[in-house]
Parts: sequence; structure tokens; C-alpha cells
Amino acid sequence: MSIIVDSETKLVVSGLTGREGSFHGLRNQAYGTYLAAGVTPGKGGQDVEGVPIFDSIEEAVEERDANTSMIFVPARFAAPAIDEAIESGVHTVIAITEGIPVLDMLRTYWKAKEAGVRLIGPNCPGVLSPGKANVGIIPAQFFDPGKIGVVSKSGTLTYQIGNELKQAGEGNSSIVGIGGDPIVGSDFIDILKLFEADPETELIVMVGEIGGDAEERAAEFIAAEVTKPVVAYIAGFTAPPGKQMGHAGAIISGSSGTAQAKKEALEAKGVRVGESPTETAQIAVETLRG
Amino acid sequence: MDLLEYQGKQLFAKHGIAVPSGEVASTVEEALAAAERIGYPCAIKAQVLIGGRGKAGGIKIAQDAAQAREHADAILGMDIFGPRGEGPFRVDQVWIEGGSDIAAEYYASVILDRGEKKLLAMVSAKGGMDIEAVAEEDPAALVREHIDPTRPFTAAEARPIVDAAGLDEDVREQAAEVLARLAEVASEEDASLIEVNPLIVTADRDVVALDAKVTIDGNALFRHQELAEIADTADDPQEAMAKEKGLTYVKLDGDVGILANGAGLCMSTLDVVAQAGGRPANFLDAGGGSKAEAIVDALTVITSDEKVTAILFNIFGGITRCDEIAKGIVEASSQLDLKVPLVVRLDGTNSEEGLAILGEADLPNLQQEKTMLDAARRVVELASQPNPRAEL
Repeated sequence: MSIIVDSETKLVVSGLTGREGSFHGLRNQAYGTYLAAGVTPGKGGQDVEGVPIFDSIEEAVEERDANTSMIFVPARFAAPAIDEAIESGVHTVIAITEGIPVLDMLRTYWKAKEAGVRLIGPNCPGVLSPGKANVGIIPAQFFDPGKIGVVSKSGTLTYQIGNELKQAGEGNSSIVGIGGDPIVGSDFIDILKLFEADPETELIVMVGEIGGDAEERAAEFIAAEVTKPVVAYIAGFTAPPGKQMGHAGAIISGSSGTAQAKKEALEAKGVRVGESPTETAQIAVETLRG
Repeated sequence: MDLLEYQGKQLFAKHGIAVPSGEVASTVEEALAAAERIGYPCAIKAQVLIGGRGKAGGIKIAQDAAQAREHADAILGMDIFGPRGEGPFRVDQVWIEGGSDIAAEYYASVILDRGEKKLLAMVSAKGGMDIEAVAEEDPAALVREHIDPTRPFTAAEARPIVDAAGLDEDVREQAAEVLARLAEVASEEDASLIEVNPLIVTADRDVVALDAKVTIDGNALFRHQELAEIADTADDPQEAMAKEKGLTYVKLDGDVGILANGAGLCMSTLDVVAQAGGRPANFLDAGGGSKAEAIVDALTVITSDEKVTAILFNIFGGITRCDEIAKGIVEASSQLDLKVPLVVRLDGTNSEEGLAILGEADLPNLQQEKTMLDAARRVVELASQPNPRAEL
């Protein structure tokens, strides 16, 4: 098994006719993902390397039985595209686009929630289940099938750690980039739940970074609900303190949002936190091999 | 993007929230002329993007022209440090506004609650002081209520929050109206943080926003032309140059120039360089899908900082293609006459093509490393050698 994407995934890509959309959509197809369709309003009837293009996601669902949508459209049009996907009948929407206004995402988040559609991202690298399917921009060659689930706020850091695991001879059940935006469709806890329930996943690596309190919340959840070992990495110990504007952010989260605070919150719940991506991968491998 | 106090107040005024009238000034003469028009007493307030201005001496009351001149002269050009030592923030502008007779000081804010995925309204009767301390010592005094982000928030819905906070009864209706308008600013202007401390009650029982801390979502500037025109105060020459070129750059005070792709990897690179004993000179995220020109721009910005004695490129390609990065490095080397060593670590999408391009170019001051840790160690070693630029 694996989570979110697998051999059952039938992918429809919004933005497949664009430069980045076609580059990565076709890469996903070459990896083995079933690329059912592309969507670009006004270009219905065309094709990209033989993949049919439709005017709407709903048509792609009806005609090609698509069940997973990937959003690759420019930021200012992305929230409406995600909304369209939510209403189209797919069960999963993976939004790669970066730079979407946060208030748009706030409204879109609740739409997805109410519709019972799983939303990953935005501003994320997507989801890879090695050997089965890749939806997004994760370079699949750095990941082998295996027992380690990875959930991360950062794209490039995820590749870094996955690569270290591969070099150590370990692989992954799934790699999930949840995105680092203030509002994302799925947070650490949503993905930890899926990995906890996935029989193939034996250990979870969680990659966080400064800002917000998702890591602190995840620490509480891990202590209460997760039986599998979790190893974490947090980026941003030497990040410059941002310009402090008001204090309301710290009040609601009850945390300063610093890397140190996150590390301490995780360690207090028994989660080992690596000092570098390399050390994190080493701890994961050691823990897995007991 | 953070707004200065007066920019925030202008935004409040646009949405019908009462603010003291005032003028902005960047010279002592302008400040004095503004004070004469406004009348005395008036407040002269440093316009900087940091809290704790009052304690730092950045806010003064002038009773007459002589005091207005004295205070404006003292405040303009002063360096203000934040409560946690942030800064210095140089004062380039002051805001002069009429003095207010303060009968009570409250606190009001509307912010994005990332955890709950909603807006959060907060009100307290204990304004005018450190609200974090209030939240800690007397949590019940800070009333919090989430707002449904999918529809407008009305004064009638704001009223129970104001009641629970125990504001003076005669001004609750006004305060509820202010809170509803703050929520309107959040949703119509794409503000992710709006904080008013203090929200005052005047001697005439009017509710007025005496301060304004507003953060606008940078991703939404495309639909707010007026806000987009407000240049964020990037005083530092490298930061100004980076902004012009559309790069995410933060200047630090070390000597190791850093370029990475993705904020997470870039932060991690700073951490690893620091662990290797080095001091990063900057944070520069070349972003997703960087093209060759962006790399030329990035190297231009990094090398314009004269403290930089070695540069680390840490690239792990996803959407970024390593061959584009390599082309950019080669292009930059021919255009920029780089005098400092470059340590390059390329991995990920099209890394083989990228490495081939670098191999072919055979640049004399470029070294490749396979791992992030080795690259960090190497660049720290190179940075600590005598500065090649200093010898010239």
C-alpha cells in the first residue's frame, strides 16, 4: 500500500497545455502514473502528446473517469481552478501552484472540507508513491519503494532527505509535500493519520520549518495517536528573525514559531529531531533497523 | 508586506474606522509645518516597521512649535531597535497627528489563525500595554472568537465579543462596529494581520484607532494596486536590488554567500553552514523553476555584498532544472568577473546535464561537491582563507 496516489490514480491535470504543466504532467505519465486527461478552458478537443484536453475537469471526470486532479495554473486563477476540481467529482486535488492569496485558500479550504475532497497543497511538490504513481514535481529517481513515509512542508528538503534515505538503502511508502503556505489543504496531522493506518509504512519522517504551530500540534497528535516511530527535521535555526509586527500571531499559537520551539515541542513528546537532513536520515535508518 | 502606521490608518479611514487626522513628513521643516496646521498638542511618531517605538523614544508629544521642532529633529534619522533587539530601523518618516484625550485604552485585532483555518477576532479592555503579557497573566481579559471566512462579519456578530471583553457599555456599539470594519479590511484588502493597540475611547466618548499594525498578503497585491505601490522599506542596497529583480533575499552579517532553491532547503543550508562553523552572508531562495537569468541576477546581488568571500550553491532540483542553473552559473561567470570561489552542489532534475555543462565550462574558481554537508564544509574552509578581493 501507500497513501493518496497509487496504481488506482487516474490523473487530470489543469494547466497541461502550459510549459511547466506539460513538462511535469508528462514526466508523471512517463513514471507510470495514468494520465487520463488535461484541462484548459477553450482548448477542449486538442491533445498534448496524445493526452486528450477538455474544457472542464467535470468533463474529464465524465469522459475519462479521472479521480485525482493536479492544479498547475497561474496563481491568480488557481483558487477558482481548485474550486472547480473540488466540485468535479474527483476525490483528491493536488495543487502545485505557488503564490495563491491566503484568503482565497481560506475559502477553498472549507469548500474542500465540506465536499469531503482531500486537498494537498498549494505551493507543494505533490505526492509520490515510489513504484506506483507520481503526481507533482518530485524527481522520482531519488526515491525507491520502501517502508518510510515522508511528510514535509518543503519540497527541496524532501528530495534531499529522500535521497539520503536511498543512499542508505531505504525506500519510501509515500512522500507527501504538504506545502509551506499559511493555509494548506492537509496538514501534518492529516497525513500522519494516513501513514499510521498504512500497513506498508513502518516509520514516518516529518520535515517542518519555522512559522505557525503545525509542528507543535503534530507533536501532541503523535503522542496521543501515532504508534509508529516518527523522526523529525526542522529547518530555520539560523533564519533571521523576521520584522516583528504585532504579537497576535504568537498569542494564538502559544508558540513563537521558531525552529527551537518546534524542536523542543517534538522532543518533549519523544520524537527524535535531526540536526541536519543527513542526520535525520541516519536516525530514521537506525530506528527502522532497530 | 507590512504597512507603516500611517499607511494602516489610511486603510482604516477608507473603511470608515475613526483615526486621528494627521500628516506624514520626512524633514524637520515638513514636520513643523504639519504640526502648525494640526495644532498643539500633537503627537510626533516615528514610522518604522517594528513594535516598541514608544519605549525607544520614537513617539513624543509636542505642546508648541519649539517642542515640535525639537522632537522631529530627534526622531527623524534615529535608529530604533525592536524589543528583541531587531534592527536597527532607521526613521525616515514621522507621522504627526492631533493629540487625543484618552479616557480608556482597549485592544482589538483580526488575524489569520493558521491552525483553525479561520480569521480570529480578539478584543480586550486592557489595551495600551504588552498584549502578550495580558494573554499570559490574565487570559480571560483577552476575548477571542473565530470568524467564518466564507461570509461577511457584522457588527451584530461582533457585539457579544465586545460585551464579553467588558468594554464601557456606552461605547460597545461603536467598538462592535470597529471590529466588523476591521474584519472587512481583512477580507477586502487581503490583510492577514490587523492589530489596533490602543483602540482608545476619547473624552468625548468616541472610539478611535490610535495605532495600526497591518500586514498585507504579498500574494494578493495583484488585486490591490494602491497597496502594491507602497514600497516595502528595504533600506539595504542588496535587498533593494534583489527586490527589483524579484528574488527572495535577506541580508545577514556573515561572509558565506548562499544560494539555494526552495525556502526550506535554503534555511537548512544556512543551518548546515552555521553548524560547519561558518557565518552565512545572506538567505537567497532562487525559487522554483529558476532560469539562467535568475541565477545571473542572484549572483549579482550576492557578490554586491563586499563581505562575501565564498559562495555556496545548494541546488536540489524538482521543478528547478539543474541544467538551467548550470547555464546561469556559466553565464554569470562570463558577465560578472567573479573574484570569489564558488562551491556548487547540484542534484535532482537534469543534474547530469547540469554537471556536464559545468564540466565543459571548466571554470577556474568553481568547485563541485556531491553532498550538502561536504559543500558546506568546503565553502566554510574557503571563506576563512584570506579574502581574495581584499588583496586587490
